[in-house]
Amino acid sequence: MEVIVFLVPLALLLGLFGLLGFLWSLKNGQYDDLEGAAWRAISDDDQTPAPRRVELRSEAQP
Amino acid sequence: MQATRDFSHYVKHLGSGLAHIDLAVEGVSCAGCISKIERGLSAIPDVTLARVNLTDRRVALEWKEGALDPARFIDRLAELGYKAHPFEAVTAEAVEAENSRFLLRCLGVAAFATMNVMMLSIPVWSGNVSDMLPEQREFFHWISALIALPAAAYAGQPFFRSAFNALRTGNVNMDVPISIGVILALATSIVETIGHAEHAYFDAAIMLLTFLLIGRYLDQNMRRRTRAVAGNLAALKAETATKFVGPDEISVVPAAAVMAGDIVLLRPGERSAIDGTVVDGRSEIDQSLITGETLHAAVEPGSEVYAGSLNISGSLRIRVSAASEGTLLAEIQRLLDHAVQVRSRYVQLADRASRLYAPVVHATAFLTMIGWLIAGASVHNAIITAIAVLIITCPCALGLAIPTVQTVASGAMFRAGVLLNSGDAIERVAEVDRIIFDKTGTLTLPELDVVNAAAVPADVFDLAGRLALASHHPVAAALARAAGAKSPLPGITEQPGQGVRGILKGEEVRLGSPTFCKADDLANEILSRDPEASVVAFARGEKRYVFAVCQSLRPDARAVIAALQKRGVAVEIVSGDREPAVRAAAEMLQIPEWRAGVTPADKIARIEELKRQGFKVMMVGDGLNDAPSLAAAHVSMSPISAAHLSQATADFVFLGNRLAPVIAAVDHSRKALRLMRQNLYLAVGYNFLAVPIAILGFVTPLIAAAAMSGSSILVMLNALRARPVPQENL
Repeated sequence: MEVIVFLVPLALLLGLFGLLGFLWSLKNGQYDDLEGAAWRAISDDDQTPAPRRVELRSEAQP
Repeated sequence: MQATRDFSHYVKHLGSGLAHIDLAVEGVSCAGCISKIERGLSAIPDVTLARVNLTDRRVALEWKEGALDPARFIDRLAELGYKAHPFEAVTAEAVEAENSRFLLRCLGVAAFATMNVMMLSIPVWSGNVSDMLPEQREFFHWISALIALPAAAYAGQPFFRSAFNALRTGNVNMDVPISIGVILALATSIVETIGHAEHAYFDAAIMLLTFLLIGRYLDQNMRRRTRAVAGNLAALKAETATKFVGPDEISVVPAAAVMAGDIVLLRPGERSAIDGTVVDGRSEIDQSLITGETLHAAVEPGSEVYAGSLNISGSLRIRVSAASEGTLLAEIQRLLDHAVQVRSRYVQLADRASRLYAPVVHATAFLTMIGWLIAGASVHNAIITAIAVLIITCPCALGLAIPTVQTVASGAMFRAGVLLNSGDAIERVAEVDRIIFDKTGTLTLPELDVVNAAAVPADVFDLAGRLALASHHPVAAALARAAGAKSPLPGITEQPGQGVRGILKGEEVRLGSPTFCKADDLANEILSRDPEASVVAFARGEKRYVFAVCQSLRPDARAVIAALQKRGVAVEIVSGDREPAVRAAAEMLQIPEWRAGVTPADKIARIEELKRQGFKVMMVGDGLNDAPSLAAAHVSMSPISAAHLSQATADFVFLGNRLAPVIAAVDHSRKALRLMRQNLYLAVGYNFLAVPIAILGFVTPLIAAAAMSGSSILVMLNALRARPVPQENL
């Protein structure tokens, strides 16, 4: 049963990663438009520009 | 005079050469719109970010500062078929958004802690009845403490702060017992853990916080959404003004940038965004939005012009006395705050109960402890039982009972096109048994429509529509809209006050007053049949046509009235309009009771009379002139499409061309009221049942927290039933 001495902290660490992931996504504004996100997921249009890609493209063709 | 548009008021400079603007966009409703707008805007060189927010109906744009004019985005969106307007976040809205993010962060932390503490608690419970070593149990307890204490300190902030503020001002609110319960449970747990005891209650405390935060977040979200929509409406409706920046130089600026004392230009066909006095020019203006008067008023230098007036014939220069944007936004803000403050009767009931509750809860818990001590129990057991009582009596279910139903119902109404303006309106609509409709702009569409399109050949109709695009006159605009005209004809000149004309394939074409087109006899024939109509004549070579334009009934008005009558709601029309028009509408809609030519004061008298007879009256009206009668009625509703935003004085507003939102409001509200009552019974019943059991000492703090959460979940699930309401095909 000694194994729980590091299994439990490991489980907590994994949980903590989950929490950090959630806080990161929250800070990133991923919960600002829940309705839009639902529609984007089923949009068959893979050309919808993600913010970063737009930046690259607009630099490529000024 | 070529006007420039100046949006610098709305542009935010982000540093590193980037600029940012938020646009409120009308008509964004689906996935197709998102990619269409984002692609269309990203195609403009130098744009670095174009992101649609479908929830708030806004677009965020960032671009490299330099050559790009923000007006270009508006034009691009117009080409794509969307009407957009720069949007400036009201401070209160930003605060609300930040609040909701904070609650979500607290909820995330609390949920994480609950899951992990439960992961540790379940082995302890099962271990307590089997072969768990005391060292292992202690190890688990200490880890639970390590998770729960910082998590509760962080996630409990909304409650601790509110409780502290209440206590400081000498009040008690719902958050006080919650805070005491949580802190006491945590403190006892630490003492227990240090004392190598079998039980710790970290799980109970943190689970309580998680469920309470869910309720808080839902409530917050409802308010935030209403505010966002109202903010968009303000941005869309507060049109720009054409301001003189030099003796002959004009610039189109947002109405927010116009100050009292400025001179603005109001051209034919434009709606005034400001209050002011005419300094130059003569014209006729349509003040129907403000006074309800459908006949045009003549204005000359010295006359007053109010925001919302439509200029008909000549250009006017107006000295601004009150810029509307500032006052309008302030007005909306005030109304919204008011709506949040004037809480519903049931919320008040729940609040009062909670206030009464706090002392009762504390006294009960204290007496329980004393009782057990007298009965000979150990101090430890007495305290544990008291904590269980404190947690199980937590009035969370009671606190959630009404807001959750309101959230779900207002969300469902929002989807049906009804906007809730006041928190307690749901309950009041549910009781309504009589509805008074205004006619103009309510039963009829606010915009003019061509009624004799079938009598005119299609190609003539198209041509007339294209010609009409050259004119600013509202009747011409109605013709262009009805014909679906997109491309204006080249070389058209306007003859002020008469019409437009041009040459097409060697033939002269004219559109304008019957005299201008020499079609008086045709026009008189139409006017003798329908005295309510406005006419516009079209001439091509020797051929003459006359279009009759008037306000037509909303497409689903007949079906909605019938559906209301089927629900046992009596319907009547009370209108300030002339008798023939009201009679015609009433006959068409099969409404037996109608009154015409009624003054605003008489409208109120009629409402008061019905109230005295014991009816619960809903007033559905449009126009500022209806504001007093809207206020006099038990509950009120306004269509908001073409109107000035001060109409937000109504409890509900609805958008679009259909009357169906009236039915939606009634149906959703009736269902919501039923669910609110059920929820109150559930919450109160739960406490009646659970508290005696807890006092008798059969309940540990964990079971108390689980039972408490269970009742909250039950109440929330019941509230979710407010969403689906059987739809009728209207």
